[in-house]
Amino acid sequence: MGFKNYCFKKSLWVFHFGGASCNNCDIEILDCLTPRHDLERFGILLVGSIRHADVLLVNGSINMHDRDRLLEVYKQAPKPLLVVAIGACGCTGGYFTESYTFAGPVDKIIPVNAYVPGCPPKPEAIIAGIAKLVENL
Amino acid sequence: MAVNLFYFLVFPGLLFSAVTGAFLSWFDRKITARVQFRNGPPILQPFYDFFKLLLVKETILPKFGSPVLFLLAPVFAVFGASMAGVFILLPLLNITTGFRGDLIVIFYLLTIPSFSYIIGALASGNPLAAVGGSREMKLILSYELTFLLVISGIIMKCGQQFNLYSIIHAQQAGSPFIGSISGVLLFIAGIFCIQAKLALVPFDMPEAEAEITEGIFIEYSGAAYAMIKLAKYIMFFILPSFLVALLMNGFRLQGIGILWAVVKVLAVVLILTLVRNTNPRVKIKQAVSFFFIWMNLVAIVALVLISFGY
Repeated sequence: MGFKNYCFKKSLWVFHFGGASCNNCDIEILDCLTPRHDLERFGILLVGSIRHADVLLVNGSINMHDRDRLLEVYKQAPKPLLVVAIGACGCTGGYFTESYTFAGPVDKIIPVNAYVPGCPPKPEAIIAGIAKLVENL
Repeated sequence: MAVNLFYFLVFPGLLFSAVTGAFLSWFDRKITARVQFRNGPPILQPFYDFFKLLLVKETILPKFGSPVLFLLAPVFAVFGASMAGVFILLPLLNITTGFRGDLIVIFYLLTIPSFSYIIGALASGNPLAAVGGSREMKLILSYELTFLLVISGIIMKCGQQFNLYSIIHAQQAGSPFIGSISGVLLFIAGIFCIQAKLALVPFDMPEAEAEITEGIFIEYSGAAYAMIKLAKYIMFFILPSFLVALLMNGFRLQGIGILWAVVKVLAVVLILTLVRNTNPRVKIKQAVSFFFIWMNLVAIVALVLISFGY
């Protein structure tokens, strides 16, 4: 079990799901993968297909339309899958909590393993969140 | 029989070429990272990726489509790649395989991985995978003729020998083929063919991440994707070493020759990586005309030069 877990920790492939976001969190997530922060030194890659993903990054407020898509993406992912909610909207709903199209924060729809609050969180905060997630695996 | 199984499964075949290819794919990612002023992944990263996919992740089968073909295609790819690896690496390691015309067998075996990717993609029932499969098919149609012309140039150069072993020995007795004008032209055409065979960036439209999200591999997950990774690692080792065998004197495995063998393979991989990092993805139409017009022209000029003795 130790070897499997170690390999899993060392090679987390990330799939990015953007809800109804204002795009600030998207930009910060892409920032993590740029040369300045370089997440590939930890083996983290951005993949294009949910079938290859180990981590599902969800950001933005989830409205009625996004809920079905998020559930579909979660169902299609091969398990074990870690879910990380990024930004105030992903964690709690933030500014959109009272909105009539709001379908609940991410953890009301799918189980969430880590929260990275902030509006938007800095790339350093996202990296710290992922490092804590990996430590507690 | 036992020796043949050992050749296929352990030493020049599956295990050895997979481990070496995994190291080379780390080298490729590290060089890519250095080109982009990054640090890059640790040296064991390909092994972590492979074992994570093989042992940890779940394999999802397509609901619409053929699950049996979907699962068999990666196994065929690994089989074809390691079989070609045995035929390429045995003459390189100075073990005579003793049959004429193994170049033609190698040429056909090297296309098996691409064909099995297409079969797997079409069996998955995903429309994006079908798009990727049709692109891979067009890519095969465009580069195979050039690759055949390169190989026929080598055959002409060493006096109608259809045997990889005698081609390497003809070079080691005389001078490497890359030391002439026609050799350089054949090397350029060969590098682009390998680039397309490995689906690296100027010719990666079958698995274009941004437009069709990994294309032919979109539905693969878990152990099946690990098999595809394995086939890709093996191809990443055997295609550069095939080019080394054809044009750059092969390996001479005594004393300092071992170091030279490593340096030659790393140099070919370095060229592939630099080409991949400094070019955008071309359209499939551009790739077809690139190979059909320009690369075939280069190869034919090389053939004409060879027939005049240059």
